[in-house]
Amino acid sequence: MRRMDTSWRATLTMTLRTSLLYGILSVLGAAFTLPLVWMLSVSLQDASGVFAQPFQWIPPSPRWENYIDAVTLFPFSRYLFNTSVITVSVVVLTVLSSSLVAYGFSRLRFRGRDALFAVCLSTMMLPGQVTMIPLYAAYARLGWIDTWYPLIVPAVFGSPFYIFLFRQFFMTIPREYDEAARLDGAGRFRIYWSIILPLARPAVATVALFCFIGAWNDFFNPLIYINSPEKATLTLGLHMLKNQIVGSGSVQWHVLMAAALVVMIPNVIVFIAAQKHFVKGLQMGGLRG
Amino acid sequence: MTSGRDGRTGYLYIAPWLIGFLLLTAGPMCVSLYLSTTSWTMLTPPVQVGFRNYAAILTDDPIFTVSLLNTLVYVVLSVPLGLAVALGLALLLDQKAKGVAIFRTAFFLPSITNMVAVAMLWLWIFNPEYGLLNALLQHVGIAGPLWLQSEVWAKPSLVLMSLWGVGGTMMIFLAALQGIPQELYEAAELDGAGPLSRFIHVTVPMISPAVLFNLVVGIIGTFQVFTQAFVMTGTAQPGTEGGPNNATLFVVLYLYKKAFQEFRMGYASALAWVLFFLILAATVAQMRMAKRWVHYEGGER
Repeated sequence: MRRMDTSWRATLTMTLRTSLLYGILSVLGAAFTLPLVWMLSVSLQDASGVFAQPFQWIPPSPRWENYIDAVTLFPFSRYLFNTSVITVSVVVLTVLSSSLVAYGFSRLRFRGRDALFAVCLSTMMLPGQVTMIPLYAAYARLGWIDTWYPLIVPAVFGSPFYIFLFRQFFMTIPREYDEAARLDGAGRFRIYWSIILPLARPAVATVALFCFIGAWNDFFNPLIYINSPEKATLTLGLHMLKNQIVGSGSVQWHVLMAAALVVMIPNVIVFIAAQKHFVKGLQMGGLRG
Repeated sequence: MTSGRDGRTGYLYIAPWLIGFLLLTAGPMCVSLYLSTTSWTMLTPPVQVGFRNYAAILTDDPIFTVSLLNTLVYVVLSVPLGLAVALGLALLLDQKAKGVAIFRTAFFLPSITNMVAVAMLWLWIFNPEYGLLNALLQHVGIAGPLWLQSEVWAKPSLVLMSLWGVGGTMMIFLAALQGIPQELYEAAELDGAGPLSRFIHVTVPMISPAVLFNLVVGIIGTFQVFTQAFVMTGTAQPGTEGGPNNATLFVVLYLYKKAFQEFRMGYASALAWVLFFLILAATVAQMRMAKRWVHYEGGER
């Protein structure tokens, strides 16, 4: 009798606990999602609906045309193309060079290797502002201002954080694979290219993702290096559009919200498509950092 | 341990990074150090001024002092609050309950969306008359402040917005929480430890390395706050960013204005080095203090 009573009580406590958990999660989930829902709502209003009091969350007649206005008000397809070319170049170059360097740091032995790796890691801490001005001056001298070179070329040299991530992953690949390939007569580069890199596909996916998000979202570099509107990226273009709209006095917030939402969409798609690689990458970077 | 077995081949493999390090980091650092002792507009050759830039920044530049205080206030508010929110969310997500993954997505997604687009959204959320925030406050009978247009509320506004982006920090906490062996909790429970005691004596020490990581990364990143302030404040005219009345003028924004609006490249270089040492000092201080509170499992990792 008594035992039954306690188990009944335990079940009740569990149910209460779970309900409370879902209750709190739902409130917080709503708080995190609300800005995006509101953004969508604003983007579908007409010019007066934006300023309506009280605000109509579901516009009486949603204006999907706002999205057409948004992508025609600024050269959207041009910016999309520019951003894609820059981002794809950066991602491909970064993955190739960072993995190659990480292979060197994890599989080869040479004098000063560990010291150099420590230097590589420590550069992650360096704020970019310290090298920004000399780099700007150097690129100016090369005639690279208002070109995409300053945005793409640095990727040739890899990036310390991604080198670190690749190295962490390579360390988990048993050396027996290397040895077996070596016995088959494979050289260093063959081992890297046809053994290690294919085995490290999850790491490649994670680095490619992080790198994609970083390059796609980059604002500071396009801001200082690109002057011509036709060479701008989506992020820079959105900023220019905002200044143009705010500057003109007629603030069309519904169109601006539509444009901002369009710029956000690729990130959301990429994230949803590859959520598990994000999680894995963050765990790899965070726990062992 | 490292013999020179692979000799030159090894250097060949790390060459991309090594060359990049020399050309894009080490070289520019030396040049930047030199430039910081000059007056330079990029149009005429740099003129040596010794330590005058540094002296001016530290003793004779009230705007820099304002930007430094703004930055410190922002760091002190947004880093601890961000860590607390991220840890709270991670603790909720760590409960073994069905459907938690969808909340993880909801919390994480904002942190990877485009900062300029996010800034655009929050600019309108903070609008005193038509924004979401004051509309919600009005519902509960509170007349909301002017947010970004108020000297007092501008920084707290940006802090509030930064909390929307704690997803990355949350994920790292979540990974740490999920890495705690279940046996530790069971052992503590056998010893009669209640939920609070288990949290303090098991969870906190076990995730302390993740706390340190998030703290250091958070401080380094927050000291360099720029995009929000640049995009969201001031009128559309260049030079007005950082308002109202310099309330959101952070160090990096000030540096950007000196470099790319006033073309005072020498002065901006000196600012960069001052910022670097501030970040370095804050990081070293955290690392030192960490020895007292970070718990490392012997031999693990």
